[in-house]
Amino acid sequence: MADVTLQNLVKTFDTVEAVRGIDLQIPNNEFVVLVGPSGCGKSTVLRMIAGLEDITSGDIRIGDLRVNDVPPKDRNIAMVFQNYALYPHMTVEQNMSFGLRLRKVAKAEIRGKVQRAADILGIAELLGRRPRELSGGQRQRVAMGRAIVRDPQVFLFDEPLSNLDAKLRGQMRIEIQRLHQQLRTTTIYVTHDQVEAMTLADRVVVMNAGRIEQAGTPDEVYHQPRTRFVAGFMGSPAMNFLNCQVTEENGHTVARLADGPALPLPAEQAARVRSYAGRTLVAGLRPENIREAASHDGGNSSGIPHDVSIDIVEPLGRETIVYFRLGDSTLCARVGTEVHPRAGEQTSLVFHPDRLHLIDPETDLVL
Amino acid sequence: MTAVPVTSATSLRANRRWALIAAYACLGIFVVFFLFPPYYMLVTSLKTNAEIAELASNPWIVTDGVTFGHYKHLLTESSFPRFFLNTTIVTVVVVAITMVISVLAAYSLARLRFWGSGVLATGVFLTYLVPDTLLFIPLFKIVGWLGLLDTYWSLILVYPTLTVPFCTWIMIGYFGSIPRELDEAALIDGANHLQMLLKVFIPVALPGLIAATIFAFTVAWANFLYPLAYIYSESEMVLTVGTVTTLIKGDVFHWGGLMAGALLAAAPPVILYAFLMDYYIAGLTSGATKG
Repeated sequence: MADVTLQNLVKTFDTVEAVRGIDLQIPNNEFVVLVGPSGCGKSTVLRMIAGLEDITSGDIRIGDLRVNDVPPKDRNIAMVFQNYALYPHMTVEQNMSFGLRLRKVAKAEIRGKVQRAADILGIAELLGRRPRELSGGQRQRVAMGRAIVRDPQVFLFDEPLSNLDAKLRGQMRIEIQRLHQQLRTTTIYVTHDQVEAMTLADRVVVMNAGRIEQAGTPDEVYHQPRTRFVAGFMGSPAMNFLNCQVTEENGHTVARLADGPALPLPAEQAARVRSYAGRTLVAGLRPENIREAASHDGGNSSGIPHDVSIDIVEPLGRETIVYFRLGDSTLCARVGTEVHPRAGEQTSLVFHPDRLHLIDPETDLVL
Repeated sequence: MTAVPVTSATSLRANRRWALIAAYACLGIFVVFFLFPPYYMLVTSLKTNAEIAELASNPWIVTDGVTFGHYKHLLTESSFPRFFLNTTIVTVVVVAITMVISVLAAYSLARLRFWGSGVLATGVFLTYLVPDTLLFIPLFKIVGWLGLLDTYWSLILVYPTLTVPFCTWIMIGYFGSIPRELDEAALIDGANHLQMLLKVFIPVALPGLIAATIFAFTVAWANFLYPLAYIYSESEMVLTVGTVTTLIKGDVFHWGGLMAGALLAAAPPVILYAFLMDYYIAGLTSGATKG
């Protein structure tokens, strides 16, 4: 096991700069998830750590070793690929033991390691099968088994669950988590799925356009996003953004939403944004901070009711997603199942300002 | 309401029946058409010389009694076994040379991505398009210069110029269809390029490899032009030319012997095809089904 350090990592493909100076310190045993939209450079970073892509500039260290020019096999890493990348002509056992056989590990030791990994992953009865005789979930388990037997310093996962259906994805997420709790190997996991990022990570690294937007615990990136991108990317449905102005009303600093209510700001936040008074800012409010009027669970006392016209209703069973219009913007709210809003109806929704994010539109930084 | 689906299901079934009947009728015609020459060869090879020469006899069946005399003559009193041995040596060596060169070439052209590899891959295929009837004269000079004229080693030298480009092309396509993640997984597992080729690429591309082998085998076994041009001594001849030159004396055709010789010469490719046909088809059609 080892820590991984990325220093000013840059990758250029011809003229396109895919990774633009990444600095990241991943301590031993940590589970780090790189998350971001397609093309943000997260897979390229992972592939550079694996040694599958050359580094244009910068340094990668695994443990104390600078690995820029070390071939993949000598980096003591194991990688799990999106499409499993199992050798189709080998049995599960041969797939898992291939790396050890190439390294001329003793047969008895190989057998022991494969058996142990198979037991951990619950695939002991599949050892004699070939990949084509396995389901998607089983294949991904075998791919993880192949990584485990090598006993690497670092696990690299490249969108490993993307090819699985939603239910299986949920199960495998739990298994990966259990695996990490058991093995405590430093893990770098790439995904575009923020649910995977939130549920698996000790630390989430949100990437955009080849740069790190924010690195922090799942709680931090969700509740204290540093940029508009992070605020909008994490959370589903996404955060609502609309223009607002910070003003003083009745001795309170409030954010007056465009065509919407004026939300009083908590004292600390008010102090931070007072200098922006009179300027147009962007307010970010998560759907769960806009609730039905009769809500019992949303800290109702501080909520500001506002009448809106409902556009679309999406009942999800345990909650209902409601889209409504406020001026020119379409916003989204989460309401409980006890209310039954209908499209086209006028209703009162309550805006909770305690988790309101104010963003400077010039810098896109959260204030 | 229910009448509609029943009718359409019935018509679908009737449609399928007619399609099957038509398919079998066409297949039947093709079978007769293609099996006619081997059948004629077999029947003629089993006839006595007298019956073959008899104009009034029925050419389709043996009427004067079956004889294995032509086979016996070929195998015991002619150079036919020598031709067979020479052909086997030439074919085995050519197939081996072809497969080693084309697998290595295809792997490097498909995967190593060096400067100009794309152009080179196309170039390899273009050389295959040059007809061998054009090549045999310049090659004759080279073979003569090397002192290999009138030995079957000239064929071993020359045949790969026909087989390597096509086999390389087949293998490039096949190696190209192997997902790149497989190489990357093997790289991380610790394989070098040779191990990757031997332990991953060749086993995964086995159908393509077999298709290429069959192609090289067929070319080396059945080529007529080069042995005719380069080999003159009976002891060095291969089946295609040897059978014809020893069994046609002037304007006298030993039809029985010719037919027996042709049947025996055709047997190894037929046996090989029969065993490997499924792989051959899978190999040649792999590009059609894999993304």
